Amino acid sequence: MTAIDVRLLEVTKSFGNGILAVDRVSLDVRDGEFFSLLGPSGCGKTTTLRMIGGFEEPTSGRIELQGQDVTWLPPYKRNVNTVFQNYALFPHLSIFENVAFGLRRKKVASDQVRQRVGEMLELVELRGFEQRRPGQISGGQAQRVALARALINRPAVLLLDEPLGALDLKLRKQMQLELKRIQQEVGITFIYVTHDQDEAMTMSDRICVMHGGRYEQLGPPQELYERPQTRFVASFLGISNLMAASSDGVSDGYAVARLRDGTEVRLPRPMVDGSHDLELGVRPEKIRLHPAAGGAETADNLLHGHVRDVSYTGVSTQYLIDLSGGGAMTVYEQNSARADGRLIHRPGEEVAVAWSPDDTFVVRSDAATAA
Amino acid sequence: MSWFRRHPSATAYILLAPGILYLLVFYLYPTAQMFLVSLWTGSPETGYALTGNFGIYPEALAQYSEHLTRSIFYGGAATIVTFLVGFPLAYFIAFRGGRYKSVLLFLVIAPFFTSFLLRTLSWKIIFADNGLALGPLKDAGLLPDTFRLLATPTAVIAGIAYNFLPFMTLPLYVALEKIPPNLLEAAQDLYADGWQRFRRVTLPLALPGVFAGSLLTFIPAVGDFINAELLGDPRSQMIGNVIQARFLRVSDYPTGAALSFILMAAIIIGVLLYARLVGTEELTGGTT
Repeated sequence: MTAIDVRLLEVTKSFGNGILAVDRVSLDVRDGEFFSLLGPSGCGKTTTLRMIGGFEEPTSGRIELQGQDVTWLPPYKRNVNTVFQNYALFPHLSIFENVAFGLRRKKVASDQVRQRVGEMLELVELRGFEQRRPGQISGGQAQRVALARALINRPAVLLLDEPLGALDLKLRKQMQLELKRIQQEVGITFIYVTHDQDEAMTMSDRICVMHGGRYEQLGPPQELYERPQTRFVASFLGISNLMAASSDGVSDGYAVARLRDGTEVRLPRPMVDGSHDLELGVRPEKIRLHPAAGGAETADNLLHGHVRDVSYTGVSTQYLIDLSGGGAMTVYEQNSARADGRLIHRPGEEVAVAWSPDDTFVVRSDAATAA
Repeated sequence: MSWFRRHPSATAYILLAPGILYLLVFYLYPTAQMFLVSLWTGSPETGYALTGNFGIYPEALAQYSEHLTRSIFYGGAATIVTFLVGFPLAYFIAFRGGRYKSVLLFLVIAPFFTSFLLRTLSWKIIFADNGLALGPLKDAGLLPDTFRLLATPTAVIAGIAYNFLPFMTLPLYVALEKIPPNLLEAAQDLYADGWQRFRRVTLPLALPGVFAGSLLTFIPAVGDFINAELLGDPRSQMIGNVIQARFLRVSDYPTGAALSFILMAAIIIGVLLYARLVGTEELTGGTT
């Protein structure tokens, strides 16, 4: 079993004005993993990170770092370091002294400091920048300095608060890969706060999706995407087609549900927990379109409708389908099949919408509103 | 509009013109005039003539060097006092002021709503030998009957410090207020305790404010004469008192003018040395 690096137990933070920023969050972060806290602004992810870092005290609950209760320890007595939003580099110190700051406070011998700063700047590819000031380097470089300044202290856990937020898209993509490389190289646990789902998906081993101070779902990116458990996760991570339905027994090893218009839809049995009203979901790229005449496999879930809108995006074609039973569905089709003669469906065309029962999932209403 | 766009440097000069004109008329011309006055010889009765008597400079310096050193000492001491009082004050307003920041800042400059002269006069009343402050303490036997504040160097330095406190506090406040809170959090994250955060982050970043505040206090303080006049005695007269007396009491214009230039030179040299000492690097953000 992997060791637990950070453990949050029923951690709650309310601010003076009665705002509940973080509401009974419990989670474990494993040793050496890249863990993301993902959610829209105001979801409590940054507050959660700041409590782990020691910059906020929880109203109640407990925070453990490698088994030790650190709930009430100040930041400088915790074996964690933070990469701050907007970097927070010391403008009056050189890059060298910025990176050396933590070691100097720990009274590390100066030849040691020189050696370790050198190694660190090597790691973030900033050799030769030692004597510059933070005002004389670019945003991407400042980002690397902030990373080096934190990592040089060899913390048990590195906290990153939207570290790429101020960079342009291209640089972000590049830094994402680099962060991942550095994390694997140093083997330190990263807790990463972001509101960007793509960023969280590409980099994380596990993601905790937060919403309204509560945590919605925690798991590897693939699990969150394929099996979102709440309506919020289903729509925050990618796009989902959601349908209201009611449970209607079992057939052929699948659970059966009926949509509002009576159409039968099948789904994996473990998805149904016994409640009568269900909210079903399916991802747009799992759906195939067929001419109304037929061609769908009988095992598939099948709905009918006509094309309202088509947009060609190069990699795929996106359709908006008005269903005859009411409602609409978004469908992505890869354009890889175009070569063998399949045509793009045109607006107004009657189509059949088909997907495998295995790709159907069930969501709860949001955790924040339930319970 | 298009003319201005085609001649951006002309626009700059047009914008500068009022300031330059003002300085020419009200600063440069009087300064030049005063320099000529310092080279006059004569008296009000016989009239003056421009004789180019540069000898007046060493003469005046020799005669009043005591006042000059005393002024620099008083000005320096008052600057240190304003710093020691003003820094904690500015620090408190900047970091703990919360929503009362503007009220507190207003209180710092509130004394300016009363005339400088009037405030110093009321000090004279409050700190009189048996006045509001000392009287009750003497009555209670806490101070000896002979104790006095007025007519001492302490009173002069304290008076200057009091009058110039806002000039120190406001630049310090501006510098401290500008420090992003996350820099202090970063320092805390990197194992700096309270004192180290102050020593390694807050103070270096406040240095431009310290520099500006101390110059704004020191320069006028050295040339001040009101405090020494009202709160001091003949043994605590400053160079400003001498200059004032030369001009207005004994009509010895050349000596007064020469002393003004000596004072100016002394301050400029002092400021340059100070800039070296504090490290202009912090102010210019240069690399060394």
